[in-house]
Amino acid sequence: MIETKGYLDMELLRFTTAGSVDDGKSTLIGRLLYDSKAIFEDQMDILEETSKQRGEEGINLALLTDGLRSEREQGITIDVAYRYFATPKRKFIIADTPGHIQYTRNMVTGASTANLAILLVDARIGVIEQTKRHAFIASLLQIPHIAVCINKMDLVNYDKEAYEKIKSDFQRFSAKLEIKDVHFIPISALHGDNVVDRSSRMDWYEGSTLMHLLENIHIGSDHNHVDCRFPVQFVIRPQSKEYPDYRGYSGRVEGGVFKEGDEITVLPSGFTSKIKSIDTFDGPIKEAFSPMSICMTLEDDIDISRGDMLVRENNQPNAEQDIDVMICWMNERKMILRGKYTIRHTTQTARCIVKDVKYKMDINTLHRDEEDKEIGLNDIGRISIRTTKPLFFDSYRRNRNTGSIILIDEATNETVAAGMII
Amino acid sequence: MSSYNLTHLKELESEAIFILREVAAQFEKPVMLFSGGKDSIIMFHLARKAFYPGKIPFPLMHVDTGHNFPETLKFRDRLMEETGENLIVKYVQDSIDRGTAVEEIGLNPSRNGLQTVTLLEGLEEGKYDCAMGGARRDEEKARAKERFFSHRDEFGQWDPKNQRPELWNLFNGRKRIGEHFRVFPISNWTEMDVWQYILHESIELPSLYFSHKREVVNRDGVLLGKCDYITLKDGEKWEEKTVRCRTIGDMTCTGVSESTAKTLEDIIEEVASTRITERGGRADDKRSEAAMEDRKKEGYF
Repeated sequence: MIETKGYLDMELLRFTTAGSVDDGKSTLIGRLLYDSKAIFEDQMDILEETSKQRGEEGINLALLTDGLRSEREQGITIDVAYRYFATPKRKFIIADTPGHIQYTRNMVTGASTANLAILLVDARIGVIEQTKRHAFIASLLQIPHIAVCINKMDLVNYDKEAYEKIKSDFQRFSAKLEIKDVHFIPISALHGDNVVDRSSRMDWYEGSTLMHLLENIHIGSDHNHVDCRFPVQFVIRPQSKEYPDYRGYSGRVEGGVFKEGDEITVLPSGFTSKIKSIDTFDGPIKEAFSPMSICMTLEDDIDISRGDMLVRENNQPNAEQDIDVMICWMNERKMILRGKYTIRHTTQTARCIVKDVKYKMDINTLHRDEEDKEIGLNDIGRISIRTTKPLFFDSYRRNRNTGSIILIDEATNETVAAGMII
Repeated sequence: MSSYNLTHLKELESEAIFILREVAAQFEKPVMLFSGGKDSIIMFHLARKAFYPGKIPFPLMHVDTGHNFPETLKFRDRLMEETGENLIVKYVQDSIDRGTAVEEIGLNPSRNGLQTVTLLEGLEEGKYDCAMGGARRDEEKARAKERFFSHRDEFGQWDPKNQRPELWNLFNGRKRIGEHFRVFPISNWTEMDVWQYILHESIELPSLYFSHKREVVNRDGVLLGKCDYITLKDGEKWEEKTVRCRTIGDMTCTGVSESTAKTLEDIIEEVASTRITERGGRADDKRSEAAMEDRKKEGYF
């Protein structure tokens, strides 16, 4: 069956959407879902009925993305919601994040796994503080691709000048950021211009539609295939009649390519060995790369446990206890300077102390305030920590998987911060 | 496509395996919920892959409402026998006998809500600190905001306003004594992904999923299969139709749909062209618009 064969060859693209309801974000997502037939009749019936009950004219597509009753009652979105749709080319996961005051925490969460971010700008209003905040977070989280959608082009008569001005305003601002791949698309989410179908009202625009970009953008190099990193997640020891002495190290490849027969070094012990086999339920394989979940056996009997990392001898990560991190604080309890937290990094768990706040970032102006040491909910800053044992890490810029950490409050067990190692 | 690219199904599989191993590493006594439906069959398959060549390092638990399709139970027992994995069965009837659960009254008393009682009792009795389920975010609105690792208080309740942020692939399963977690390894799968994966991996399913003849009654637009637990209202009658199940649950509330899909390929074609969500046939979700949200807050999956 051709349809099935195509489905098995599809890639996965995760993207996040940032912007407020006023920017037409819900309408845009609604349109992507609707045009790709991801909204079903019974969902439409419920939407229609709920819209009517609330006395609204027409169908409110925002109701589709506002999932919880407590949210619908208050007319706000309180959390990241995940949506799914597919076209014959790709399957998409949208991390839909709200644009109101909790934006930083939510957007950072949505951005952490995204290949691409859609930033919405209202064509009548142009680049505002919120746009800058979103662009900054996208660059901080190193989202590989950015699509700046200049929306509501219908309300500026599809005017090229309006589009060009916003484009150059954004470029001027983003020159200060680390954004690698940015695309500008003039759209009208309401009327569908340049969303799925090419607009006939903007002949001057020669770039691709949003859907074309989502379907075709090259995501093959979003993973690091250079630096071999294999954090051991779980040791598999069947101790069965069939496999009495089997000792496999399971985990996910977080960087590079591992091949049968490769020499590897184990951290922290420093012992070396060779990969004897890479096993899966479907049989042994010759090589494994990020983000595959596999199980490896080694030629030598070495003591290895969860949290250890297998790497190549001539390409090792940093192994340090004093680490500088850009953090986004996600909890109502403020960060405590000199406070102790549990830190999670790859499959390692350690404790750490916050030694210093280097600066706090004003994400509207990108100003670094070295005097303000108080880090609270939604704040972003650079801190120095010391861990109880060395972490094996790369800079976040080099590898998102081995360069990210979370901090956990030991009193409440809550995840209180997301961190990117510098 | 370059050689170092995974297809989306392989990436979803890898993600689910990662989560399953993370559960085995982070929790002391996890358990995997098993209903005999396609999502839990996939979870079971993924768990076998995750710990191969070892056995699954946790038991499976089936909360039996007593209103199951007989085909489901037969399938479940055969699967366990063939794979030698460990299944625990908890009966809603036992909770009713103990008086902790009270049977609904009416024309089609559903035991769906009572499952929560038996589930929580089963978790407490076994001192399980994490229960894995096959729920997916595309199934229903309240599920779209669920985490992979969902924290529950000592009453098993879900507080949607107080969920832990979840970043990258760093999962936080820390908890106080008495609290537990629900973990959903296939959160990111859609109904289509599930069917394509079943086809690709040649996973066997209960016969209920494929087209067959069955006596059914049409109640409020939902076709319910004939069984001892449903009483007909005035004017209703049993009719024989060619149907199949899109989801499998309690017989009193799992609607069947008219279908001639006999093979996995037929089903995939049907899923691709259908315009009704799979839970659209679930009478339990129709009880109110926020039915799922309310049940989750009480401790349902």
